[in-house]
Amino acid sequence: MQKPRLVLIGNGMAGVRTVEELLKIAPDRYEITIFGAEPHPNYNRILLSPVLAGEMQVREIVLNELDWYAENGIRLHVGKEVVRIDRVARKVIASDGTEAAYDRLLIATGSTPFMLPVPGNDLAGVIGYRDIKDTDEMIDAATRYRHAVVIGGGLLGLEAANGLKLRGMDVTVVHLGPWLLERQLDEVAGRMLQKSLEDKGLKFLLQKQTEALLPGEGGRVAGVRFKDGMQIPAELVVMAAGIRPNYALAEKSGIYCNRGIVVNDTMQTYDPKVYAVGECVSHRGIAYGLVAPLFEQAKVAANHLASYGIGRYSGSVTSTKLKVTGIDLFSAGEYMGGDGTEEIVLNDPHGGVYKKLVLKENKLVGGVMYGDTADGPWYFQLLKDGRDIHEIRDSLIFGQSRVGDVGHAGKNKAAEMSDSAEVCGCNGVTKGCIVKAIKEKGLFTLDEVKKHTKAASSCGSCAGLVEQILAATIGGAYTPAASDKKPVCACTEHSHQTVRTAIRDLKLTSKEEVFSALNWSTVDGCDKCRPAVNYYLISTWPHLAKDDPQSRLINERSHANIQKDGTYSVVPRMWGGLTSPAELRAIADVAEKYQVPTVKMTGGARVDLLGIKKEDLPNVWADLNAAGMVSGHAYGKSIRTVKTCVGAEHCRFGTQKSMDMGIKLERMLFDMYAPHKVKLAVSGCPRNCAEAGIKDVGVIGVDSGYELYVGGNGGIKTEVAQFLCKVTSDEEVMEYAGAFLQLYREEGWYLERTCHYLERVGLDYVKGRIVEDEEGRKLLQQRLLDSLAHARDPWESSREPQPVKQFIPIVPITVDA
Amino acid sequence: MHHWKLICPLEDIPRQGSRIVRPQDGDDIAVFRTADDAVFALHDKCPHKGGPLSQGLVHGHKVTCPLHGWNIGLEDGQAVAPDVGHCDRFEVKVENGQVYLAL
Ligand code: SRM
Ligand SMILES: Cc1cc2nc3c(=O)[nH]c(=O)nc-3n(C[C@H](O)[C@H](O)[C@H](O)COP(=O)(O)OP(=O)(O)OC[C@H]3O[C@@H](n4cnc5c(N)ncnc54)[C@H](O)[C@@H]3O)c2cc1C
Ligand code: SF4
Ligand code: FES
Repeated sequence: MQKPRLVLIGNGMAGVRTVEELLKIAPDRYEITIFGAEPHPNYNRILLSPVLAGEMQVREIVLNELDWYAENGIRLHVGKEVVRIDRVARKVIASDGTEAAYDRLLIATGSTPFMLPVPGNDLAGVIGYRDIKDTDEMIDAATRYRHAVVIGGGLLGLEAANGLKLRGMDVTVVHLGPWLLERQLDEVAGRMLQKSLEDKGLKFLLQKQTEALLPGEGGRVAGVRFKDGMQIPAELVVMAAGIRPNYALAEKSGIYCNRGIVVNDTMQTYDPKVYAVGECVSHRGIAYGLVAPLFEQAKVAANHLASYGIGRYSGSVTSTKLKVTGIDLFSAGEYMGGDGTEEIVLNDPHGGVYKKLVLKENKLVGGVMYGDTADGPWYFQLLKDGRDIHEIRDSLIFGQSRVGDVGHAGKNKAAEMSDSAEVCGCNGVTKGCIVKAIKEKGLFTLDEVKKHTKAASSCGSCAGLVEQILAATIGGAYTPAASDKKPVCACTEHSHQTVRTAIRDLKLTSKEEVFSALNWSTVDGCDKCRPAVNYYLISTWPHLAKDDPQSRLINERSHANIQKDGTYSVVPRMWGGLTSPAELRAIADVAEKYQVPTVKMTGGARVDLLGIKKEDLPNVWADLNAAGMVSGHAYGKSIRTVKTCVGAEHCRFGTQKSMDMGIKLERMLFDMYAPHKVKLAVSGCPRNCAEAGIKDVGVIGVDSGYELYVGGNGGIKTEVAQFLCKVTSDEEVMEYAGAFLQLYREEGWYLERTCHYLERVGLDYVKGRIVEDEEGRKLLQQRLLDSLAHARDPWESSREPQPVKQFIPIVPITVDA
Repeated sequence: MHHWKLICPLEDIPRQGSRIVRPQDGDDIAVFRTADDAVFALHDKCPHKGGPLSQGLVHGHKVTCPLHGWNIGLEDGQAVAPDVGHCDRFEVKVENGQVYLAL
């Protein structure tokens, strides 16, 4: 049977991305033909700026080599412009007469530079800035002529001017507005930008209206004349005064257009067989001029071309970044403000920093940053997530890095980092290496960078920094997905939230059901989604869903921490940090009997036995169990420690019995699994010797009872716990702490610590559920106790015949076979 | 020349899991059983920094190393791109529910 035919007009970024997305989900569905007017395979248009600046070569910016088309069975016609679409016969015709029939047509003809309608705009040497040809012409002009004029002081114009300057030309930027980027920046910031560009040698003529381009010898442009009579020399004029969607072809064939090819939310035109994506379309009245929204459109179009029929495009918020080395400018969303908006502005002309945040109804809707764009990606994420920011409003403008990430101290300005600076401390990845991968491999997202460079793929604390580098390298092409939309992993399109909700609402109780109900693309998932799905199943349906050990990572499967040499470390629980001579004696005996090389006090106030062979684990546990000790779960996404201070039992300042309280909490939570590990601490007075301020739940005794704190973290990013409420009795501590942890267990995303969960949902929400809703709180606490009703020491249960097998190596038997 | 050695009944290897085989002479070998009941054997040493692949998470015909998360193809012992590396493989077969390994 013949496959349906798909024809793509426009071999550019949006069109080819659609084809890529389509091949990912339905590789064999269509016979594909692509027409491209340019004589090149698809390349990364946004990197024309570094090419012009001499930082990259054209061959480095190719996204899809000719081989790619061949390997995917795509018929490619380069250098052939389609001049007619015959919608009755369903075929397209190119300028050289080549025809191709279609069942589905995809139009992605991009846009064209707007050429000012002034006399002389057709002279030689007057060009737009759009493609390789224009770029080559500029590079060539720079070797032969001296004066360049760029008309238009927007992002594109400034990048063109910067490149031409770096190639040795004398460059003047002509701009109609009162200052540069007058729509993004206010006057002060606009002048700051102008100053730094002038320092690079660029000249500016503001509030100048071009009247005519003047011819010189041989019909080439020689000068520019302005309305006020002023005249300047120019052997090269670059028009960067805006772009116009390229829809003439579509309009001529009778497809409805209105300043762009009009499409609906599934990227279909008024002719349902014809789709359109990219800069040529008008969606809900908006034509986008940046890559990120086009990629979102591409995904939706591909989905519908594949007849999956899910996914709608509902418009995008965009961000941009000026790609001029050494200058930091970032803007996002509705940076202009407007009705019902408020602005927070930080302006430090001497320090060269300007920041403006636009708020509407307690949400961030736009922002501009100049000089210090380190927090750009963070703001953009807040904006996309639509998070209520009123709790952090007073410090919002100062950015996220009030509290630094450890491990790359001080280095939180991507633009200022040298190429050799280490970004990812875990995997030793430098900035240069990341920039190179982004450019050469055509990477657009954090996940792609993680995959190709390993940066941010271990502890993840450098993810923000990597996002900044991405933004700085590819400008507005970078866009984070809204947090609640990020796919769990490459096996699925669905987010953690969708998976959690589906498990609950559809009552899914096994991973097989989840994978099939949610159309997983792999048969049995991967190392990212399996542990997550397993946790969601057992936390949502505690007694129905069966735990799947094979979906747990090794530490949880072997109830011990794997070490770099493949041995394990064993940490027995010491309730509340207390131990006894008998316990210590048993530990000492085990250490001698199994020749444990290292015995150490942990940061969690208990003893670690490091370097135990896997096959010895069951015996070590048996010995420790015999002395009354159980697993400390030092290996799990589970309850870890409840640190305590000596408290009122001994301390002269103690107001509450913190050791006793700690032991009660730890016993209540024994064997509790959670989205991530959970640590508590109880201090007997505000001197807080147990460091309750950086725990998931911190309890501080005061004369009248206890203060409860939640969402602290002492790890990668130090986060001080937030005050939840004050209670008076031990029972209340257990109830509130238990309810909070159960809420986190039910709603947290896998690998989200309580601090991240709290950041996502907000403290007000948690207070609403825990402090203000007594009945809800009691129910939460009850659900926690229910799911822990059958808690068993994993050391004991793992010594039963079936599980114990995994610890014992097999010795092969000789046979004749 | 293959010398087939009897390892264990197939049931003794958990599905999507593995067992370590410890020959008298030589290094540990990891024998994997995938979700579709295929059986593979690799040298129990990750090409990255020698992590014990037998302790990894098995998905599809791949295993994720427990130490730093490289993915190794079970069919050919090759690291999955972008990582580069190779791990020795051994012939295995299942007959009458028993697993045999060629040493
Ligand atoms: C043993 C111990 C270090 C020590 O010798 O003191 C330790 C050892 C490990 N920690 Fe830790 N952490 C230990 C206390 C801590 C503490 C301090 C504490 O608990 O009071 C922290 C900061 C507090 C906190 O978590 O908020 C801590 C923050 C981390 C983090 C960062 C977590 C974060 O959310 O930022 C990781 C990475 C992770 O979990 O993803 C980590 C991960 C690890 C792992 C499990 C890394 C791994 O996956 O292999 C280490 C295992 C080493 C090994 O070879 O066995 N460890 N780790 C401590 C065990 C405590 C215990 O008794 O259970
Ligand atoms: C110098 C420069 C810097 C940029 N920097 C950034 C940036 O930092 N961030 C960002 O997000 N965006 C940037 N952009 C914008 C970005 O490149 C565009 O948004 C994106 O390329 C648009 O994709 P598209 O597929 O719609 O159009 P294009 O990529 O232009 O592709 C359209 C293709 O269709 C071809 N075509 C047109 N008509 C026909 C026809 N009739 N027959 C056959 N082929 C035809 C064209 O020749 C072209 O190759 C930049 C653009 C330029 C020029
Ligand atoms: S024990 Fe913790 S801090 Fe120390 S090296 Fe391991 S993960 Fe890093
Ligand atoms: S040792 Fe296997 S990934 Fe590092």
